[in-house]
Order: sequence, then structure tokens, then C-alpha cells
Amino acid sequence: MSDPSTNGSGPAPEIPAEVRAKAEEIVGRYPVKRSALLPLLHLVQHAHGYVSDAGVTLCAELCGLTKAEVGAVATFYSMYKREPMGEHLVSVCTNFACHVRGGTAVYRHLSERLGVGHNGTTEDGRFTLEHAECLGNCEGAPVVTIDYLNYEGQTPASAADLVDRVAAGERPTPTRGFPPEGIRAVQHRLAGLGPAPDGEAVVAQAGRASDQARADDGAVPIPEAGPGVTPVTIEPTFSAGQEAERERARQAVRDAGQDPSAVESGAGPQAREFPTTDPDWEPTDPGAGATGGPADDAADDAADDDQEGTS
Amino acid sequence: MSEPISVLTQRYDVPDAHTLAGYERTGGYQSLATAFDQAPTDLVSQVKDAGLRGRGGAGFPTGVKWGFTPRGTGKPTYLVINADEGEPGTFKDRELMERDPHQLLEGIIVSCYALESERAFLYLRGEYLWPGVRLEHAIAEAYEAGYLGKDIKGSGVNVDVTLHYAAGAYICGEETALLDSLEGRRGQPRLRPPFPAQAGVYGMPTQVNNVETIANVPHIVQHGVDWYRSMGTEKSPGPKLFCVSGEVNRPGNYEWPMGATAREIVEVSCQGMLDGRELRFWTPGGSSTPLLTGAHADTPMDFEAIMEAGSLLGTAAMQMFSDRTSVVEAARNWTKFYEHESCGKCTPCREGTFWLSQIYDRLLEGRGRSEDLDLLDEICDNIFGRSFCALGDGAVSPIKSSLALFRDEYEHLIAHGRLPDGIEAHTDAVDRNSGHGRPEQLVGA
Repeated sequence: MSDPSTNGSGPAPEIPAEVRAKAEEIVGRYPVKRSALLPLLHLVQHAHGYVSDAGVTLCAELCGLTKAEVGAVATFYSMYKREPMGEHLVSVCTNFACHVRGGTAVYRHLSERLGVGHNGTTEDGRFTLEHAECLGNCEGAPVVTIDYLNYEGQTPASAADLVDRVAAGERPTPTRGFPPEGIRAVQHRLAGLGPAPDGEAVVAQAGRASDQARADDGAVPIPEAGPGVTPVTIEPTFSAGQEAERERARQAVRDAGQDPSAVESGAGPQAREFPTTDPDWEPTDPGAGATGGPADDAADDAADDDQEGTS
Repeated sequence: MSEPISVLTQRYDVPDAHTLAGYERTGGYQSLATAFDQAPTDLVSQVKDAGLRGRGGAGFPTGVKWGFTPRGTGKPTYLVINADEGEPGTFKDRELMERDPHQLLEGIIVSCYALESERAFLYLRGEYLWPGVRLEHAIAEAYEAGYLGKDIKGSGVNVDVTLHYAAGAYICGEETALLDSLEGRRGQPRLRPPFPAQAGVYGMPTQVNNVETIANVPHIVQHGVDWYRSMGTEKSPGPKLFCVSGEVNRPGNYEWPMGATAREIVEVSCQGMLDGRELRFWTPGGSSTPLLTGAHADTPMDFEAIMEAGSLLGTAAMQMFSDRTSVVEAARNWTKFYEHESCGKCTPCREGTFWLSQIYDRLLEGRGRSEDLDLLDEICDNIFGRSFCALGDGAVSPIKSSLALFRDEYEHLIAHGRLPDGIEAHTDAVDRNSGHGRPEQLVGA
């Protein structure tokens, strides 16, 4: 759990084989692979304590996305951290229902005590501190959570005592939940995998893997699915055949001792599109290609056929 | 006069209600047989006739919303449970899932049957680890007992549930942003139409319902429309969980019929305001609903009456604040929340919340300018109704309403560079404010 490589120094972490196997299991629960991305990012944080580069690569590979797409998602959500977290994550609610009962005072006191600010990690790698937006426990204001387990009705003194006890290796019982087991063990739970295998036995009794429903339960989406699922195919400006023909033409210019780019740009905008299709070719139905939608497919096909026949 | 009731909360005091044994012993899962004996469309009519309105904030009639889901399309239909409870002041769904997770599962099974859906996703707020652990147990037990999975109790009905932990984004409580997030994207709202009922998750017909809404469904099916309508008002029937927080003696979740007044709930259930303070301002439905004053304390808490009073019932998150608390400070705190949570999709909200936040900072630091109040008003007008989703409207609600109701405090701040005497910014309010009366712990597996 306290692997030094996850706390800023040392080589970049890699994904162990058993984590990859778990990741594949998570993907197998969703009708569409990409749905597994949020749980997968929790799993990456279980493995490394933050969203590591190796983790982003794994998610991209398993979900069929680019790393940039995974990065865009990971940076959107506040529970995904870009720096390695400490062993425990301490969150203090400073929204107004907690604030009015002293939540901000608790946060300031903890911040001084730990010597770190928002999203900061102590030098010994034990704690990461954050001030959080409403944690949904306003009846217990001010609320402090350690590894997302709620300690209600805190004062600056009691919160400092709480952190001291955790630092000393104690496991203070929260108001709701079970004693904190470390943020990385919790991330295993948030990935939908239940208690972490290396968690302590007394804690491991709580929670189960949510592995009952599989990808094909409740019928599989049909491929023509709508917003967000329909793959967008971008037509290249030139077809592969056209590109080859263009390259042949450029080679012929080179063979004649001239610079093909200069010829192309010097010949005006129309020449840049060479090789052209048959100059005598005209679309049979100019309107057919301009409209869209499934109803026009037949007309599109007809137009495509014509084009292929004449080019 | 209303009295507190006990429908959704009826098992809150049963220590083992979260286990299958405890739930069955107290009458759980009995609505399934009643439901499976009827046609799915009959159940939709029942929910419509019962007048159940969405408990997630908008208050849209659930039966009507269900009616929008097309049937017989050959496409799968999905039920998505919105458990991304993030509205400041709201904590009803958390306790419901912690104490009585099987009640929600029973609601999911009946609702899936009514919608002819075989797959439900439970989109749970990531910070809700403990409710999640309780739900994991409940789901596993329900599968083992044959309440979930294929051919439930020999009825031929299939329902599978996936518990999906989110990752901390308030905007994902907006139903179309939730769907994008569930599909593994940034949680940004979608343009409507198409509405999720036609094209939701994966472009399939989808119903997105709040936890408390779904928890109501088995009770309607089991006890009937007339029983359900015996609670609450004509247009807002049924029981309601009110989350009371702020400066009251006993904050907590209290179940009352719709139409109970804030005064009743605070006096009876919360034992009044902290050491006899006067109620000065409060939110009837979370920070996204316009503020009300102490003078509104006798307004019935139902969708219509609260709207007439100039606010919205929202999630019924009543945050009560006293005459010692600064309304400008409250508005700044919430504005910073919306600034942080704005998803960045549309300009009015993304930029406007930052500007508003800066103006509040200078007001409270004693650098307020005389034109600032008009500026606040103007920025609000440029966000309200002009942002892509309701987050922008919610963000300006506490500002617009506080400017209208407590302009004197703003003007005092600008004129004197400090808050009026006796009103505090509450950065160090702990000593006087601590000491609420909730000894209960909720621990263990």
C-alpha cells in the first residue's frame, strides 16, 4: 500500500497482470465497453494512487479510445487525482450547511496541522487533504471523511485528534461505515470489485463485488444506436486510389525535373485537387448527395454507383 | 396540522432492515406478486393515478414520464436510477440506501417490470461508499434469493442491476449529463430533444428516476392509489422525505406528508432552532432554489404552494439559517460551489459563475462598489434562462432571491465595508454551533 514509487519519486508505475485481469472483468459487465471507463479509472487509482500514464493507456486500450479521450474524462471528475494520493484521503465539507457549523474552521485547522493545502499530500505520504463540496451528510455537520467514511459533528480539535490517531495506526470508528482502510483499498471498492484482496480481514467482511450483471443481460444495444454511440466515420479528402494516382502524377513531375508542390500551388486552387475525376462526369441527381438520413440511403447508393462507374 | 408519517422510513429503526432477512420479516418484497399479476401498462396507469411526482427536484409526474417510453420497438429499454445526490443540503437518498437498500431494489424490480426493461443501472455518487457497500450486499442477497436475475421467482420477469460508482461531479445529477457519464464520457448535458425516454443511454429508450421516486413505487402498487392519495395534497400527494440542516437543534431526515409546513417540521421533528434563534432565511429545496424568509415558514411544503411563494420544492432540502448568519456569505459559498461544479459546456454559466464569485469576494472583503448590486443582477439575468441546463438557473437562484429579500445587508456591506452588527460570516462558528442531538452511529457490515 505504501509503495514509494506512487509518492512522486521512483520509476513510473506499470499495470500488474492481476489488475489488467480485473479491468477486463469490469469491461465485461457493460453493454458498451466505454461505460466501464469510470470504474476503470477507480481501478487505476487502486493500483497507483492516482491516474497514472500507464493506467490511461490501459483504459484507452480496453475501451477502444485514444489516451486523449481518457484524459479528457479523467480530468473532469474531482475524485480522480493527477498526483499520487497519500495513504489516506481526508475530505472536509465546506459547503454552507457545514460551514455555518464550523466546517471551514475545521478545514483550516487540519490544513495547518498537516502543513498542506487543498489536494496537497504530506511529505511522509500519509495524508492527502481536500476541502470538498457538499458530501451529503448535512445532518452531521461539520462532516469530515477519511477514505470516504464519514465522521460527523467534528470540531477543529476533534478532527485533529482523529487524524493523529489514524497517523498512529489506530482505526477510529466513523459515525457511518467501517474503519478506514486506506484510499487505495477504497478505490478497489469504487471500481465495483468489493473489498481489496490485501485489505484487513475485519474490514474485508463489508461489501461485495457487484459482478452479477453481465454485458449481454437485458438485451444488447443494436449497432445503430443513437447519440454518443454511432461511430462517426470521417471520409478522407482523397480515396486511397486517388492518392496513389496523385503520387504517380507528382512522380512524373519530379522525373521531368520540376518541383511537384510548386506546380500544384502555381496552377491555382483547382489544380490542387488533381487528379480529378473524368472532366465530362456530372452527377446524375445533384440533390441526392446533399440530404441525409436513412430514407435517402437508396438515393445515395445510386449516386455512389454512378460516381464509381465514371471515375 | 400534519403529523409525521412513516412509509419510506418505516424500517429506519429496524437494526437489520438492510439485510434480506430483516427486510422480508418486515413485509418486504410483497409488492412483486401484486405487480406481476398485472399488465405493465396497468402499473404505469397506477403510478400516474397516484400522482407520484419526481423527487429529484423537478417534480415531473412520474407516471406521465413513464408513458413517454415507447414499447415494442425491438430495442432494449433501460432504467437508470439517479443516486448522484449532490444538491447542497440534500441527504435523503443516502440514508434511504444505507438503512433500507432492499426497498430501493424492490422499487427497481417493479419499475423495470412496468417499463418492460430488463436492465437497470444504479448510478451512485462516488463519495457514497457506505451506501454503496450496503447496496452491494443487498444486490448480492437479492440475486441469491432469486429476486434479481433471470425468471424472478418463476414469473418469467428478468431484471439485472449494475451498481455504478461515479466520480464526483455535481452536474451528473442532471439526467442527460448522467447518461453521458454512464457512457464513460465527461458529464455534460445533452441537447433535448431527443429526451432520454426516446434516446437515452446508448441511444435506447431510457427512464432516469430518482432513488426516492422509485422507493415510492412498491408502496403504491401494494397499497393502492387511494391509500397513496390519502397523504399529501391533491396535486402533490404522498409521503416526502425532508432533509433539514443548518441551525436547528436536531437536523436530519424526517418523513412528513407533502404539504406540511416548515414551521411544523422544524418545531416538531427538529425541536426548533438552535438556542432559540430566529429563522431568518432558508432554502426549501437545496441551494438551487430561491431563498425564502422567516415569514414563509407557514407555507405548505408542496410543489404548488412553494412555487407560489416564489421558490421551488426541489429536493426538499431545508437548510435553515438564523438571524446571526450572513445571507451574503451564504450566497458566496454557494456561488463558489457552482463555480467549481459548472461543467464548462456553455459560456454564460462557465464564465458567469466566475465573475459572480469575484464580486462576492470583494463585497465580503470590504471592497464592494456601489454599482456591484446592479452588476450582480445583470450577470444573473444573463445566466438565467440562457445557460444550457438548469445548473445555471440554480446558480443564480440564491443570488437573485437574496438581492430581492435582503438588499439591506448588501447595501450595508458596501456602505460600511463590513456586515451589520450581530451578523457573522461564520468562519469560526464552531463553539456556539456544535452540539446537535444525533447520537446514533451506523456501523458494521
